[in-house]
Amino acid sequence: MQIVADPLLVVLLLVNFFMLGTSRLRALINGSAAQGVLLALLVVAVHGEVTLQAALIALATIALKSIVIPSMLTRALRDAAIHREIEPVIGFVPSLLLGGLGTGLSVVFARTLPLAPEHVGSLLVPASLATAFTGFLLLATRRKAITQVVGYLALENGVFVMGLTLVEAMPLLVETGVLLDLVVAIFVMGIIIEHISREFSSIDTTRLSSLKE
Amino acid sequence: MALALVIVPLAFAAAAAAMPWQKWRPWLLPACGAVHLAMTIAALGRPEVSAIGGWLKLDALGRLVLALVSVLFFACSLYAPGYLALRAERSNRVFVPCLLFFLAMNSLIVEAQHLGLMWVAIEATTLASAPLIHYNHHARSIEATWKYLLIGSVGIALALFGTFFLAYAALRAGLGTSLFFPDLVREAPRLSRPWLHSAFVLLFVGYGTKMGLAPMHTWKPDAYGEAPGIVGTLLAGALTSCAFLALLRFFQIVSAAGEAAFARQLMIGIGLLSMAVGGVFMARQRDYKRMLAYSSVEHMGILVLGVGIGGLGVFGALLHLVNNAITKGVLFLSAGNIHRAYGSKSTEDVRGALRRLPFSGALFLAGFFAATGSPPFAPFLSEFTIVRAAMTSGHAIVGGLFLLMLAIVFIGMGGAVLSVVQGEPPAEGPSGYHDRLGTIAPILLLMAIVLFLGIYVPAPLVALVQKAATFVEVKP
Repeated sequence: MQIVADPLLVVLLLVNFFMLGTSRLRALINGSAAQGVLLALLVVAVHGEVTLQAALIALATIALKSIVIPSMLTRALRDAAIHREIEPVIGFVPSLLLGGLGTGLSVVFARTLPLAPEHVGSLLVPASLATAFTGFLLLATRRKAITQVVGYLALENGVFVMGLTLVEAMPLLVETGVLLDLVVAIFVMGIIIEHISREFSSIDTTRLSSLKE
Repeated sequence: MALALVIVPLAFAAAAAAMPWQKWRPWLLPACGAVHLAMTIAALGRPEVSAIGGWLKLDALGRLVLALVSVLFFACSLYAPGYLALRAERSNRVFVPCLLFFLAMNSLIVEAQHLGLMWVAIEATTLASAPLIHYNHHARSIEATWKYLLIGSVGIALALFGTFFLAYAALRAGLGTSLFFPDLVREAPRLSRPWLHSAFVLLFVGYGTKMGLAPMHTWKPDAYGEAPGIVGTLLAGALTSCAFLALLRFFQIVSAAGEAAFARQLMIGIGLLSMAVGGVFMARQRDYKRMLAYSSVEHMGILVLGVGIGGLGVFGALLHLVNNAITKGVLFLSAGNIHRAYGSKSTEDVRGALRRLPFSGALFLAGFFAATGSPPFAPFLSEFTIVRAAMTSGHAIVGGLFLLMLAIVFIGMGGAVLSVVQGEPPAEGPSGYHDRLGTIAPILLLMAIVLFLGIYVPAPLVALVQKAATFVEVKP
């Protein structure tokens, strides 16, 4: 399993960097969609064989993370006629550096955690932590509502990868939990984004600043 | 019975969604509130309440939180028809079902004995409360809802992360795959320590976000400030209590593993920080509804601080959980009435509430005294218990800081509250709201409970709190 899973996880980490470095929102959404495909492949890789259950979860992951949500976000992008993240709180290069630092720290931290024999040497835990960290970074440092949703998605992807360490012990519970979470959360966020763009004719969250001390 | 506590509110929610009559829909709330309260009382009388093979079970902690949620919801449901009649211009087709669904999910959180099920229920409350906060549909309420959803979802995602860590700790220890709380508590000493520690930190941050502990509290002033008073009450009284219950379940596992000292330090630190943040932001607050949100941050701090101190402190914290929830009901509902009458939340525009609204103004003032821990109201007793626990258990510095924060809060909150209730009211606003029975009686009921519990804590409540405290603080 590790032979297939680890290269996929490396690609996942590279997509993280791509997402941190790009200013084009469409590219960001595509990155998020690519992560969805990677996660689906990982599900199959971790199950070790193409079982019915693994296939179903992989298909659901692709449908949701790579088709439904990206197309929803792309539509919101088109309606609001914006293309770029203009002024992030932290510039793109510093956030790339921070991402690199976070990934390094994830690896170090994961080493301090004792792993079950089947996961020793696997990249699952560090990749999970690094992806969640990337999500945090996007959430905290970008101003567009869409980027924040993508950040939340990346955070969820990190959690999903962590869940993969548990699939053998707790089949279904883990994946259904994560997917359920995502479906509803994104659904509700989608509705609110609609409202934001109707009310403010923009999806820039800096406009959402009348509430502060 | 265990199942009915969840199913009945769900059925009422479905009925409310299907019902075509805007005028009659709000009356489903008191109907459901009364049925839920009756079922809760019946359930508390039974020694064993469980369903679906142990997935749902009322344990000692669950009983306490269920009782307070049910009483608080009942009072809010009595208030709702009067309030919604004043807001007849706005459809309540989403509002009423969401409130009922919210109640169902609170019952589910309280009863859930499975890590995953509890997490799903907490997630569901976040989603159910988003339309409630968005009720007024103006720009500020969208902003508040967006922040609430985003920060809440991140918190929930972190809690799921922590849940997986905890599951991995169990897996690593070769404990099989049970994620039922009783199993985890029993097997806790064998859980892998590094994973357990990381899991607790993630869960603390995740569910602490839901509770609104500083520094994860930033959604709170916006959400509470923009939501209708009744929603503020349920968020600040019921939902935060359920999130605290979730935290306590993990604290229980950690203390069963013999690692309570680790969790306690974290809880004392965050507790003091929350109290400080609440106090500082209350002092310079010009919006009295946002001020209540900071008061909630402060009281959440008191709760985790009490548990952090341990022993008698846990008893004090659980008693305070009840007192805080009921007091918040008084404050949010009376502030809602004042807001309705003046059409403003700013302490610069709102003056003389005692003259204009004798009942709401007086209740708001009394609620302020109660929330800041003045005798003879109930929070005084529980806060005093926590101070005593701190002083007698070698946490004298913590106890001293606790008293200092309480003084800061009293002065800060007092300034704003007094400027609202005192003085000469400005000319009558356009709303023409006056206190009436429907929007005053429920607040009087809650105030009576706060006063009564401050003078005399009935033996059944003491027993309930005592059992819950012993249940939470298991010795390894």
